[in-house]
Amino acid sequence: MTSSTSRRRRGFSLAQRETAWAYTFLALPIFFFIAVRFWPAIQSFRLSLYTWHVNPDQRRFIGLDYYREMFGNPIFHQALKNTLLYALVTVPISIALGLGIAVLLQSIARGRGLFRAIYFAPYITPAVAVAWVWGWMYNQNFGLFNRLIIEWWDFAERIGAEWLIVQPQAFLRNPDTALYAVAAVIIWQQLGFQVVIFLAGLQGIPRSYYEAAKIDGADGWQLFRHITLPLLNPVMVFAVIITSITVLQLFDQIVNINFTDQGGPLNRTLSLALYMFNEAFGRARVGYAAAITVVLFLIILTITLIQLRVTQRRFEY
Amino acid sequence: MVTSTGPITRRDVRAVTERTRRPRRRGPMIAAYVILSLGALLMVFPFIWMLLSSFKDAREVLSPGIWPSRFTLTNYIEVVTRTSFPRWFLNSLIVATATTASVLLLCSLVGYVLARLRFPGKNLIFILILSTLMIPTEMLVIPWYVISSRFDWINTYWGLIFPGLIPGFGVFLMRQFFQTVPRDLFDAGRIDGVSEPGLFFRIGLPLVGPGLAALGIFSFIGNWNAYLWPLIAGQAPSMRTVPVGISLFSGEAGAAWHLIMASSSLAIVPVLIVFVLLQRQIIEGVVLTGIKG
Repeated sequence: MTSSTSRRRRGFSLAQRETAWAYTFLALPIFFFIAVRFWPAIQSFRLSLYTWHVNPDQRRFIGLDYYREMFGNPIFHQALKNTLLYALVTVPISIALGLGIAVLLQSIARGRGLFRAIYFAPYITPAVAVAWVWGWMYNQNFGLFNRLIIEWWDFAERIGAEWLIVQPQAFLRNPDTALYAVAAVIIWQQLGFQVVIFLAGLQGIPRSYYEAAKIDGADGWQLFRHITLPLLNPVMVFAVIITSITVLQLFDQIVNINFTDQGGPLNRTLSLALYMFNEAFGRARVGYAAAITVVLFLIILTITLIQLRVTQRRFEY
Repeated sequence: MVTSTGPITRRDVRAVTERTRRPRRRGPMIAAYVILSLGALLMVFPFIWMLLSSFKDAREVLSPGIWPSRFTLTNYIEVVTRTSFPRWFLNSLIVATATTASVLLLCSLVGYVLARLRFPGKNLIFILILSTLMIPTEMLVIPWYVISSRFDWINTYWGLIFPGLIPGFGVFLMRQFFQTVPRDLFDAGRIDGVSEPGLFFRIGLPLVGPGLAALGIFSFIGNWNAYLWPLIAGQAPSMRTVPVGISLFSGEAGAAWHLIMASSSLAIVPVLIVFVLLQRQIIEGVVLTGIKG
């Protein structure tokens, strides 16, 4: 009531009034996005070009020196390699397993909701606590996995099949296996997300497509290859983007799964996020740490842009 | 792709599929159940292992065998008395609740404005908000820390809360939901003299209940589980959230795995209980954001 009278009195047009209201509502949120997202992001770029000092007047411009130092630093190379390797291992495996499980779930008549919930549960549990539990399972001397391996050893000896014997593993303590041991935890935690979105994607494919193809004599694999996969493409792209971005920012699990040797052994599990954290908050090398985050940002930006291109490609069915 | 060779009516299709589908499906379905059950066992086993270990005493936790010979609660008692776990729990509750309240109000307001008001600059603002999704948190924590130190926000609730007040993701989600509400409804409200805030609060909000539910649950769980920023901004023992508290306590506990498993259980089990209660909304929320997005 008040608004309609004021409109007439002040002589604003409807459109002007709507614009005024829109910006009134947006004022605080826009301020927030500038103060807490854009300004800090730009600030990180700037900090990476200056030596660090608490007092901004004491910071000295050094150009790309930190970037030069970074690209010559073997620890950075290791962290970058590990981070990309985490993504290359966990993204395809979790997506393939997730899709497989979703297809199986789609084929069963009862209990779908229960299975879906079980597979999804790890995705929402706190990564910190999850990492400690897995760290305990991987424990070299008392962990579950080595206990199972020893049981298996006994069993193999008892039946006289020496060739079946598996040696106990150091898992997180072995530089060659540590990254994959962590990657397994990531896959375990991310799998449920893939299952849920692929299952929803599958349910969106009309049954009639399959039925029509079956009449033409298509077998199970052909149905999957020529109907399911192409029609799931948008979901697939979404899953790849979201999972890649998540995994590239890996931090919680790595800090906690091997707390006494974070990122170790020999930096073989170190991620860019943890490397940044150690440099900024452990060694007070703020400018250098900011340069690391700029690189991380550029990687995520590139991947997002590439994948947006892929989504826009048209598919013919 | 596949082309049909003769005129096939819908009835033919149904007849063929009815005939072929039923008997063929039994075998594969049993196989599917077997595989799914084995997979499900792998998914739940770490939780079971954690819980069983948390009830063992210091000596038994190191011995082989899965089932505790005697269930003891001493680990839990020790964790709660040796640490400020109740305080961490309260801190997490405060941070997650306050953030979620802000997220629900502000994200839905911005989502509504972007979806249902007409004004110049709308697309630009939307694209800018979307682009914040590409900025990794790692890139923001250093400037956040610099701001927080300058204003003495370190080890305060405000310091823990301020970065999460309006996530771009929430704006995007709520915009999607408001786009499903017909524009006519708001125009009709305007003609009837409903004020602009009234259009949002009284007409818009009640119609996006499922969106609010999904966003609220995500926001709460996300903030409950958050680690990087709380680790930077809230290390003082009285200001730790559950993940930070558990992490630093477990680090100090060294090889006291019975205590670490009890503290991990204290962090994980409440989330699992919430998940069991709100399972449907949570999963539907993921589907909505995933598929609609």
